[in-house]
Amino acid sequence: MRGSSVRAVATTTLIKGARSTRSTIALKLLMAASGIVFILFVLLHMYGNLKAFSGELAYNEYAEHLRTFGEPMLPYGGLLWILRVVLLASLVAHVGSAVALSMRAHAQRPVKYAVKKNKASSLSSRTMRWGGVALLLFVVWHLLQFTIVKINVGEGGQAVDITENPYRLLTAAFQPEQWWMVLIYLFAMLALAFHLHHGTFSAIQTLGFTNTAESRARARVAGWVVAIVIAGGFSLVPLFTVFGVIS
Amino acid sequence: MKLTLKIWRQANASEKGALKTYELDGVSSDMSFLEMLDLLNEQLLHNDEEPIAFDSDCREGICGMCSLMINGEAHGPEVTTTCQLHMRSFKDGDTITIEPWRASSFPIVKDLIVDRSAFDRIIQNGGYISANTGSAPEANSVPAPRDKAQRAFNTATCIGCGACVAACPNGSASLFLGAKITHLGELPQGQPERYSRVQSMVGQHDAEGFGGCTNIGECAAACPKEIPLDVISQLNKDLRKSLILG
Repeated sequence: MRGSSVRAVATTTLIKGARSTRSTIALKLLMAASGIVFILFVLLHMYGNLKAFSGELAYNEYAEHLRTFGEPMLPYGGLLWILRVVLLASLVAHVGSAVALSMRAHAQRPVKYAVKKNKASSLSSRTMRWGGVALLLFVVWHLLQFTIVKINVGEGGQAVDITENPYRLLTAAFQPEQWWMVLIYLFAMLALAFHLHHGTFSAIQTLGFTNTAESRARARVAGWVVAIVIAGGFSLVPLFTVFGVIS
Repeated sequence: MKLTLKIWRQANASEKGALKTYELDGVSSDMSFLEMLDLLNEQLLHNDEEPIAFDSDCREGICGMCSLMINGEAHGPEVTTTCQLHMRSFKDGDTITIEPWRASSFPIVKDLIVDRSAFDRIIQNGGYISANTGSAPEANSVPAPRDKAQRAFNTATCIGCGACVAACPNGSASLFLGAKITHLGELPQGQPERYSRVQSMVGQHDAEGFGGCTNIGECAAACPKEIPLDVISQLNKDLRKSLILG
């Protein structure tokens, strides 16, 4: 290869005993693993949401069952608390590694290109960072609305019968008068679809399962399937509620 | 043909640079891109101006010395090196923006020349096999499966030009690293040092300041040797295995 006639040879420093657990690839592995936790969670969450099509009784029963799941081995609500701890740990790992890698990327290119073409990257792959921030903001809003505060945007006030009834909290949120709420959720699901489209492929590649052109093509298909199934499945509930099918 | 060229001029590593516009007439479509720059430099010398500094060596696409970001594409619009790019890929009256590779790990030496010795240090830190010198062993004494040998040869075509780093929004050298890891890791001779190699080469890559990979694929699209994205998967797999093996 080329010799470095430009700099003195003395600048050559080779790293001895590299700590691979601190490497960029280890950070990516952490991001992939935590991302897979999120994918499994949203799949489960989407399945629960679709219970809305079975009516108020089935939906609320499912919600209650989530709390009594594993009793008496687990306490009431035990499964949900386990999930919350796992999700929070995954969030710290996912966002932490994203911030660390973004900072590296910015430090590596302080002077931008005057002209730069994108030849192969998908739009979803180029919107991972800001899309991720958008999803995080959405998750904060979503938790305030349905879990922490139980903001009943529909019928005003905090009527106990609504906040204690998950099905009614859901249907009240997506009435035609709150068409903007439906838009927020549809937009969030679009952001989720984008994030999952590249994220799924990227996780498979980071874990090292795409060593041939065929397996890479399959990983791309997996990205499409996960994105469409999850974002599509989630979108059904607000859409069918605003159009009065779920009431 | 007549061209408008916007070229990055920078006196040295510490000075600030800027794009400067030049008009160049009499460019033949049979010229290579570098011959076109030679023509411009003759014009600049004639006018007592400082010629544009750019890297080149073999000018036949095998040494990895030439670089250049041409209209936002590493090595320009064709899948080849800048020296093998010809002016027939451009039209009369075109405006061409020419910039150096942009990465902190490839500091600018002058104008369009960057210092890519970070790649040399990555190679020094594990990109080799240890073998006794002396007479060459009998070629068939170490059998190599055909598909593995083929993959090793394909990835060995990496010339270390740095286009992958230049095209990557994170300035990651993962494609380069993956090509070397795959090339050595597929062959029997590369096995003894396989997992220590990936650890030390990745360590050097990170210490040089290169960014992390986001698997977007701009590197493979820019690679003049068409190194496929799957070498990055191989790199990730080998590092993952090395973490488990300790």
